[in-house]
Amino acid sequence: MPVVRLRAPLSELAGGNRELELEGSTVAEVLAALEQRHPDVKGWILDERGQIREHINVFVNKEYGREDTAVRESDRLHILPAISGG
Amino acid sequence: MTELLVGTKKGLFVLEGDAGGPFEVTSRAFAGEPVEFATRDPRSGRTLAAVTSAFYGPKIFYADDPTGEWEQSSGVELPEGAEKPLERLWTIVPAEDDDHLYAGGAPGVLFESHDGGASWELNQAFWEQPTRPEWSPGAGGMCMHSIATWPGDPSRVALAISAVGVWLTADGGKTWEHGNKNLYPRYMPEEAREDTLTLCVHNMHRAPKRPERLFMQFHGGVYRSDDAGESWISIADGLPSDFGFPMVIDPEDPDSAYVIPLVADLDRTTPEGKVRVYETRDAGATWTARGDGLPQDDAYLTILRQAFCGEGSGPSMGLYFGATSGDVFGSGDAGRTWFTAATKLPPVHSVRAA
Repeated sequence: MPVVRLRAPLSELAGGNRELELEGSTVAEVLAALEQRHPDVKGWILDERGQIREHINVFVNKEYGREDTAVRESDRLHILPAISGG
Repeated sequence: MTELLVGTKKGLFVLEGDAGGPFEVTSRAFAGEPVEFATRDPRSGRTLAAVTSAFYGPKIFYADDPTGEWEQSSGVELPEGAEKPLERLWTIVPAEDDDHLYAGGAPGVLFESHDGGASWELNQAFWEQPTRPEWSPGAGGMCMHSIATWPGDPSRVALAISAVGVWLTADGGKTWEHGNKNLYPRYMPEEAREDTLTLCVHNMHRAPKRPERLFMQFHGGVYRSDDAGESWISIADGLPSDFGFPMVIDPEDPDSAYVIPLVADLDRTTPEGKVRVYETRDAGATWTARGDGLPQDDAYLTILRQAFCGEGSGPSMGLYFGATSGDVFGSGDAGRTWFTAATKLPPVHSVRAA
């Protein structure tokens, strides 16, 4: 299964897990599975439209991913805050 | 002892102290995150904070003790199918009935809680306003920043939005009407001023002892309404500028209001490098500068719309405001003299006394 890697505060919302195996064949499906397993994450990565928040980066391995990016069994998803802000 | 909840660009600071001297920072929450607004509900003692992470989006959190653990409120989101996500939360206001609170946010949205702030739901009637596609945001987004309840009557509420004017309900939020008559948006072409919905209210407060009276700081204009917000009278004569953001009233005196004028929309700093609060005790007929103890030399501060508050009433009323410079000032005698409560905080978004 794909592996999702999280940092604080997301890892805290996900029960203290910094790494989770989750099912899904796209980024959106994997993130939906994350929200289902850990409802406290809901609204933090995906907004209410189901889109990745503007200043959150989701990498599939080393490439930027979007909601519809395909995810394979062996892939690693990294959820990281973007290099932005003041 | 006064507790100040100071929302800043980099977290919520709780300050404690007595009027006349520096306050002590007793705790910091949401380190690094923009806290747009925080207040304590006097009915429950619960503290509520609106936090808009640049990364993780806007949330409301609540705590019985602001120095302790915070919990995230549920339901603070727009419905599926919304064109954009919820952008920001600007204010949280206790309503007139038990456990009921309002929260205002961008894009021009009203949330309600009936359990003291633990869960929230969107006011659908306001969300579904037919003119919504025509609404325009101000520089800070389409922010609902002012929610004025009517003492003893939960059915009557006035809202103000930058830049969609004043909205009034007399049925507890089931239906909404405009309350914009005689507002003068000089930033619009003359031909468009009469019919425009682009009315940039910066702050609005109701006088609790005479609830049909409201005061307003506009984007170029200071106004009073004596008919519950349906129409407005200019009361800006006597001020060094009619531009500014926050406003405070003395809750026991319906003829009182305090503003902090800034130069103009293109120079949002205190005029002449002097920090002065202006007070009226005759409903805006005259204004008196109150600057004793405030910086009067080369002080070009910006005070945002939620960064000014009152505590108590009468001659010993507390007044507190913070600037984007990170300074917080206070008065324990209704503005006659001032002291510096804190310096070197992050840019101040909001100040509320508890």
